[in-house]
Amino acid sequence: YVRGIFKNLHGWFINCLRYLFCCFQDRAGQFFSSGHTNNWAVLVCTSRFWFNYRHVANTLSVYRSVKRLGIPDSHIVLMLADDMACNHRNPKPATVFSHKNMELNVYGDDVEVDYRGYEVTVENFLRILTGRLPPSTPRSKRLLSDDRSNILIYLTGHGGNGFLKFQDSEEISNVELADAFEQMWQKRRYNELLFIIDTCQGASMYERFYSPNLMALASSQVGEDSLSHQPDLAIGVHLMDRYTFYLLEFLEDIHPASKTNMNDLFKVCPKSQCVSTPGHRTDLFLRDPGSVLITDFFGSVRKVELTMETINLTDPIEQLESAESGELQKEMHTYADQLPVSEIIHQKPKQKDWHPPDGFILGLWTLILLVFFQTYGVKHLKHIF
Amino acid sequence: MGLLSDPNRRRALISLLTRLNTPICGMPVEWLMKTMQAKGLEVFTQRFSRTLPFPDENKERYMVRGTNVYGILRAPRAPRTEALVLSAPCSPGDNNNQAVGLLLGLAEYFRNQIYWAKDIIFLVNEHDLIGMQAWLEGYHHTNTTGMDWSPLQGRGGSIQAALSLELSSDIITSLDLVLEGLNGQLPNLDLANLFYAFCQKIGVLCTIQGKLQRNDWDSVSGYSHAVQTMMLMVMKQASGRPWGDHGLFLRYHIEAATIKGVNSFRQYKTDATTIGRLLEGMYRKLNNLLERLHQSYFFYLMPSLSHFVSIGYYMPAFGLLAVILLLRALDLWVQLSTPPQRTEDGVTDIEPVRGTHFKTVADLLSLLTPLVISHLTGVALYMLPIRFQEMAVEHFPVSETEAVVLTAIAVYTAGLALPHNTHRLLSGEGTEQGWRVLKLVAVLYLAVLLGCTALINFSLGFILALTLVPVAAFVTPHVPKVLSAFILVILSPACTLLFSVFFFQELQEMPISFQDGWLLFLSVISQGILDHSLYGSLVYPLITLLVYPCWLLFWNILFWN
Repeated sequence: YVRGIFKNLHGWFINCLRYLFCCFQDRAGQFFSSGHTNNWAVLVCTSRFWFNYRHVANTLSVYRSVKRLGIPDSHIVLMLADDMACNHRNPKPATVFSHKNMELNVYGDDVEVDYRGYEVTVENFLRILTGRLPPSTPRSKRLLSDDRSNILIYLTGHGGNGFLKFQDSEEISNVELADAFEQMWQKRRYNELLFIIDTCQGASMYERFYSPNLMALASSQVGEDSLSHQPDLAIGVHLMDRYTFYLLEFLEDIHPASKTNMNDLFKVCPKSQCVSTPGHRTDLFLRDPGSVLITDFFGSVRKVELTMETINLTDPIEQLESAESGELQKEMHTYADQLPVSEIIHQKPKQKDWHPPDGFILGLWTLILLVFFQTYGVKHLKHIF
Repeated sequence: MGLLSDPNRRRALISLLTRLNTPICGMPVEWLMKTMQAKGLEVFTQRFSRTLPFPDENKERYMVRGTNVYGILRAPRAPRTEALVLSAPCSPGDNNNQAVGLLLGLAEYFRNQIYWAKDIIFLVNEHDLIGMQAWLEGYHHTNTTGMDWSPLQGRGGSIQAALSLELSSDIITSLDLVLEGLNGQLPNLDLANLFYAFCQKIGVLCTIQGKLQRNDWDSVSGYSHAVQTMMLMVMKQASGRPWGDHGLFLRYHIEAATIKGVNSFRQYKTDATTIGRLLEGMYRKLNNLLERLHQSYFFYLMPSLSHFVSIGYYMPAFGLLAVILLLRALDLWVQLSTPPQRTEDGVTDIEPVRGTHFKTVADLLSLLTPLVISHLTGVALYMLPIRFQEMAVEHFPVSETEAVVLTAIAVYTAGLALPHNTHRLLSGEGTEQGWRVLKLVAVLYLAVLLGCTALINFSLGFILALTLVPVAAFVTPHVPKVLSAFILVILSPACTLLFSVFFFQELQEMPISFQDGWLLFLSVISQGILDHSLYGSLVYPLITLLVYPCWLLFWNILFWN
């Protein structure tokens, strides 16, 4: 009887352990559900001139948050189209403030700008995203992401329906941006990508996305203008845009261990505060936004993968079948074959259009001439023959 | 933060102003140089001298010699590529003493700020417009008016905007904004809007043409008030003279305006510190500019400071007047090309005017002679008054200015007599075709002339069109002679000027008697001649060399038979 109880206890204990282990594993699974191992950020301010101070302040405040949450400068590509801190009109040189009365200096003393001034162009931006940079480009100017990188892309400046203006002289369209992201997907340059844009009619910029694993946020819908926050009377310009101002306030509460997810980010700056209606797009994103942490994109939380299996490195790596009969079948990833050479070499020649043989045409014309001369007078024929 | 919140600075400024309240003879060059240098500016001077063609009785000067003093505040961190100018004309007596004091106070305040991206030039010019002309010519290395000046030792970058101050007392009740410049050129409307918006923000009363804006636009009196203000602007623009020191900047594509302080009987008075804050704010705004002001209109009329009429609205009115002339020309062309007796083949019919008319040399002469004679009369009107002033002074008991003006009027009146004699001298009676051809040429000439004038100086073109187009269209040798001669003289340029003088005084609510009006008319003529030789104003040559001959052609047509 005691042995029975002991066996029951043992069984119960094993069950308990197994349950706990599964629970732990579920939580562990949940913890590792994002699937990324490193974080990158590309922060772009596209407008120059002193009265666009607020765009530089926007970008620098996101830079500040991202750096505070752990992404190092080597993984941040910061593009600022103009130098506000050292502008001749800045009454407080070497500072860029985001709150009036000079409460917060987002320029700091360790800012690293990778692309400055006239280097911020559409071409450079697209080259960074797609990785097509000349070999002489230094590492700080490259986006060296891989297929396990989560990338945060933040754009701010002046925009319109379907375009974003760079430097007052050129534009990037939403189609170009979507194609750039598709190139990134095909070259496996990101795992998941969060795209935030703070411009007028910003929602138009993410309308054309078609690559998987993209989530997008914009500060205003098509037809609406994004408005700026308060001006500072001593500096004489508007310091921040509303959306990024409230985004900064939201991010100031995030620390590396916080569990806030994307649904809270979508709620940042409702219409009562922002005057414009912020929008977001999650249909291309595979995971549920509620399970995506803010720190997945804004921070760099080091993840460790626990594996219970030994990997035999001498054998060639084979496709793994899913060990547990998971609901999600892991997709077989292959590179898209952009130039199917074998097909080109071995294809059949294209059928040319059929022409009647040449002699036939000659004969036809001779016949026509003969008929002509017969009708109109044989005397002309004598002149020919 | 802001100007003169520090009581010490306020006291320093007030002491400066009271010191300048005492009458100064000429300009205190040494004192200005020392003061500006003490404030940390780079100080330079420029000497200039000019002998006027004849003495100016309004300002009582003939041989002008003076010195401009200017100090440059260098932008602390910026390259020296752009500059702003703040100027105050310094005249003998207490005409503008407060402005110089305010300028110096502002210079000291500006020197302590680090946010300047452009150099600021503080200019004190002597003999107002003449000194300003000398300085601008020296700055831009041009010499359009034949003045004698010493080259500038120090220079800022290219000037983006300029403001000129005229303050006669240290208590101001309102500020008047003057925009009209040389040849009717106006600064960009953005500058006026900027000033007005900032005045409203600070709470200073701002007027234009000396008239305060009214709120009742719908009522008849409100509307007529606005029309009066606009007509004042039209009159001032048509005169082609710079109504403030800023007027000379506009030629160099520098947006400039003059701010006049007015001390009238009002309850709410502002003091110099508020004006200083206003100017500090204006300069800070101009400092933030990245390019010259060019986004808003350059051609406009302002019935009040918050309303304007753009060129798209007022040009069609002028266009319709010009169309009258073109229609008349078309009518004449059609009349000329259907001659009563004509030849067999159609070749001659195609160009009948030339064919019919220039068959004889006499016909050609009959067309050319009035043209040449009229233009020679115009040239005489342009050149004789100044050339023969010594001879006139010898023979008649008048001063030089009076000699010039009266000679001009004499030549003008003599021109009326000429055309009677010329063509009778040549070919006896004039032909029917003859006057038609002449009128065709004259009408087209007038249309082109008025069109070009309206493009440059709309008000002048419009006023001339209003008075000349009706007569030009209707005059023929067959209308009643005495009546139409009378009307033609009444609507000639000189009488238009006379009536405008009276009208201008009426609009300013200072009506004058006929004698005063006549004297004012004479002085206006002399000022016009002086403006032309001193600053390059184009009104006087335009009227004498082009409009008057054109009018003479019509006079000639009237007396064709």
